[in-house]
Amino acid sequence: MNRPALFISFLSGVLFAVGLSLGGMTNPEKVMAFLDIGGAWDPALAWVMVGATGTFASIHPFAARLKKPLFAKDWSHIPKRGTDLPLLAKVGNVLFGVGWGLAGFCPGPALASVSSAEFSTLAFILTMFGGFWLWDGLRTWIPQS
Amino acid sequence: MSLDWFSLEALLGGILIGFASALLFSFNGRIAGISGIAGQWFQWVRERVQTKSPSVFRGDALWRFLFLSGLIVGGFLMQGTEYSAQPSPVGLPLVIAAGLLVGMGTRMGWGCTSGHGVCGLARFSGRSLFATLLFMGAGMLAVSIVRLMGGFS
Repeated sequence: MNRPALFISFLSGVLFAVGLSLGGMTNPEKVMAFLDIGGAWDPALAWVMVGATGTFASIHPFAARLKKPLFAKDWSHIPKRGTDLPLLAKVGNVLFGVGWGLAGFCPGPALASVSSAEFSTLAFILTMFGGFWLWDGLRTWIPQS
Repeated sequence: MSLDWFSLEALLGGILIGFASALLFSFNGRIAGISGIAGQWFQWVRERVQTKSPSVFRGDALWRFLFLSGLIVGGFLMQGTEYSAQPSPVGLPLVIAAGLLVGMGTRMGWGCTSGHGVCGLARFSGRSLFATLLFMGAGMLAVSIVRLMGGFS
């Protein structure tokens, strides 16, 4: 990628993190309250989802009509529509959900929380990368269908 | 009319997240899925370490590294404001188990809250919708269990 594209990558990461913080996603207690529909449910974070999907959905169709991205040579591989995720991937979605609910962190907000310098947050990030590694190792044992 | 259920800062935060994702997609042609970006960058680094090849930041690994650095820097920009990042309310053993589950589950499940939940839903992808329902449902169940065990203290 050329320099302007690399700058966009960095800028996108910064804005993404500022949005996460502003939206309340870097407060795990708030995230857990959003998921706690049987307890003291706090629906506020639903607005993060509304704002994010609404904005991306309004810009995406225009960008997708371009022959190529503004600063890069090609589009990344985007999976074909209408195909189902394999069963194993659905198991992965559930495992991720359980982890998300247990501590209130998903990958983006965890990385945007490095600044808190909290030991347990840094431990979460470390074990999350351990989890990436674990799956990379395990999947070599699973026959490809 | 009560507006207790509305949160302007959550909506603005969401708009910013959507804008950041649209920026990465329109200019660079890449989907802002954090687990994919972090996982593939880490995989690449480990391969480089194994083959003892000296250049650690090139090609796709470089833009992924810069995006992840941006995420961390963005967090620092918000530190000290009323939106400062907070620690998890649960204890360290649970946090460590959660980290492993999130890391493994997001790679295994082809995405997380950003890839499936934001970009996927906004593209009206059926399988991302299904994935989002699965991880939100599982998250709700997990939170209920934590609450019943008194783990919020």
